Amino acid sequence: MLSRDADSLYWLSRYVERAENTARILDVAYRMASMPISYNDGESNEWESALITAGGIDQFRAAYDEATPENVIEFLAFSEANPSSIQNSFDTARQNARSVRSALTSEMWEAINSAWLDLRRYKSRTIKVEDLPRFLNLVKEASLRYDGSAMRTMLRNDAYWFSRLGLYIERADNTARVLDVKYHVLLPQDAPVGGGIDYYQWAAILRSVSALVSYQWVYHQNLRPWLVADLLILREEMPRSLAACYGALSRHLDDLSHRYGTSGAAQRQARATHAQLTNRSIEDIFQHGLHEFLQEFLADNNRLSLAISNQYLC
Amino acid sequence: MAAQAIFDEMNGHGGRSREAYRVLQDWLKSVPPQLLEHRREEAELFFRRVGITFAVYGNAEAEERLIPFDIIPRILSGEEWGRLARGLEQRVKALNLFLKDIYGQRDILRAGIIPPELVYLNPYYRPQMQGLTLNSGIYVQVAGIDIVRVDDQDFYVLEDNLRTPSGVSYMLENREVMMRLFPELVGMQRIRPIENYVDELLGTLKSVAPTSSPWDPTVVLLTPGSLNSAYYEHSFLADRMGVELVEGRDLFVRDEMVYMRTTEGPKRVDVIYSRIDDDFLDPLVFRPDSALGVPGLIAAYRAGNVAIANAPGTGVADDKAMYSYVPDIVRFYMGEEPILKNVPTWRCREQESLSYVLDNLHELVVKEVNGSGGYGMLVGPHATKEARKHFKARILANPDNYIAQPTLALSTSPIFTETGLAPRHVDLRPFVLTGRDGVRLVPGGLTRVALNEGSLVVNSSQGGGTKDTWVLSE
Repeated sequence: MLSRDADSLYWLSRYVERAENTARILDVAYRMASMPISYNDGESNEWESALITAGGIDQFRAAYDEATPENVIEFLAFSEANPSSIQNSFDTARQNARSVRSALTSEMWEAINSAWLDLRRYKSRTIKVEDLPRFLNLVKEASLRYDGSAMRTMLRNDAYWFSRLGLYIERADNTARVLDVKYHVLLPQDAPVGGGIDYYQWAAILRSVSALVSYQWVYHQNLRPWLVADLLILREEMPRSLAACYGALSRHLDDLSHRYGTSGAAQRQARATHAQLTNRSIEDIFQHGLHEFLQEFLADNNRLSLAISNQYLC
Repeated sequence: MAAQAIFDEMNGHGGRSREAYRVLQDWLKSVPPQLLEHRREEAELFFRRVGITFAVYGNAEAEERLIPFDIIPRILSGEEWGRLARGLEQRVKALNLFLKDIYGQRDILRAGIIPPELVYLNPYYRPQMQGLTLNSGIYVQVAGIDIVRVDDQDFYVLEDNLRTPSGVSYMLENREVMMRLFPELVGMQRIRPIENYVDELLGTLKSVAPTSSPWDPTVVLLTPGSLNSAYYEHSFLADRMGVELVEGRDLFVRDEMVYMRTTEGPKRVDVIYSRIDDDFLDPLVFRPDSALGVPGLIAAYRAGNVAIANAPGTGVADDKAMYSYVPDIVRFYMGEEPILKNVPTWRCREQESLSYVLDNLHELVVKEVNGSGGYGMLVGPHATKEARKHFKARILANPDNYIAQPTLALSTSPIFTETGLAPRHVDLRPFVLTGRDGVRLVPGGLTRVALNEGSLVVNSSQGGGTKDTWVLSE
């Protein structure tokens, strides 16, 4: 297929996934902020850590004085100054979709186009904080519908694989950043179990990647910080874990190399990172330093994105 | 062509409804208006959701607008279509022969039928095409001929669109919507299908592939990009044909061969269905500042390694000054009387016509010879005194650039409005495909309708809408 079309598909999926992730992050901030103050970790405000997780804190500070709920919501959901705001993400996604319409199924196009039309009705200054959940739900549903249409209607060929690659690169990046922003609350292995303030922080992390219930099904026990990390980093059955993302990335890169009859740097890098994730234990990662591990992972993930781009998309 | 009662496609000159409309009219009487209103809303929703939009230049607010769709079909009988189809085939064949001649032997110039300066000074004349023999012999693979009528007898050609005519996607989508919204009505009569258009287009394009391609030719559709007003159509056609929709930057030329950049490396391209103006095709040959084109494309074309449809330089045959010579062109190459009529045209380049035009501006339509899309024209009877004065100055400054025609009493066709059916002026753009193996024509075309009462301008950029067009089988 055309390299430019593959590139558009890749970024289309990345931006839809990004919009959903930002919506989840805002959702958690909203939930945490509505709890009594003592349940917060006392240091940072929840809206500020939402900014750090979503990765726009510097741009935010350049444009706003204070991380008030209204400012953060505007910045993450609507701002034109933030290229990754939910509305900008959908704008970019739709632009990509438009330029690659012939590679999309009509269901996918309609999912993107109608979400874009729906979301445009919301404007930053008219939305009330209490209307936020409805808006965020709309975003999550749009992403589900897009993803579902892709799964159910696309031919299993290179177009499909490139759109999947974009989704998993973005998802891995997001999960790693959610963990990294909160890594300090995951650190003390001998912290008192349950009940305390930290419980809500751990629960919030799980919730932001929609894994709170899954946790119970996998471990059958109270929340423990290293198990939260284990679930989101190493468990392949957890669809947003780093291991699951890399399982999918190397699988789809292999699909491409079988179809095209050649493989390259992208395949090698994905396989190497995937092997790391399958061969390590969570104790090992904590020993090495969780923060350091996540930083290295984010850099690796970025390198893989570049390798895919060089190999196929330009 | 003088002023007379306006001919209506459904009701003729008043009185009894015309045969082809009988079923429709009975049906309209039997359904409640609310149902029509409801279906109209559904149609709009459909177009919006599918994203069939149209960009209006110079209007940032409405970056993507829907072309209004009217639910009342425009109907032609089998006999009417047969007549029209013969005329279209004759005209397009003659225009292809004309282009071949102009860029080759120039018999028609030697015969003194066309003033040579109309060719050589024409901004769409491409010296790069001179002396080049196309192995298919075809210059215009896709023509969109704008047809109007003033009574039930004659079809008049308003314009020959021989460069990058658009609108065929609306023709196809309009039918799709009608079948979805009014299955009962569609089922009540025999309407000739048009959905094979895309197949015929692909067949036509493949038929002109360079003979040097030993394989099943690779066809691409070349678009200026997603900001172009007809981008929806480009992606629609590429998708339906199953060919890549490429921009200039996706193509490159090496050793006079054209390739596209794919995820598997370079792939050879044999036929380019170009929806880019000639000017932008190749910065080495035409406009050097063009970022849309492909450097070296014309060299590859001249070497016979790639076909471009329509050929560069076809615009020389469709400007409005050349238009007035088309009946002579038909006689010259076909040895027959033209079946389709031309609207009488005054060429302002001729002194006598110029003074007539200036004296009668209030009843003429004046057009730029190279304009399109309804821009840069004056509709005399509807213009203010001020506007006419202003336009007069423009004509005088450059008379060669203008032609004038009488304002035709274009036929009307009923549209659905809030207050019931109302007549509005319509035209028709059928699409004529010409390949190495002959002319292909699907029965129908795009009916454009001027939605404002009394308006004669049907262009979608100027508030026009569209309708489905039915050709009944005989």
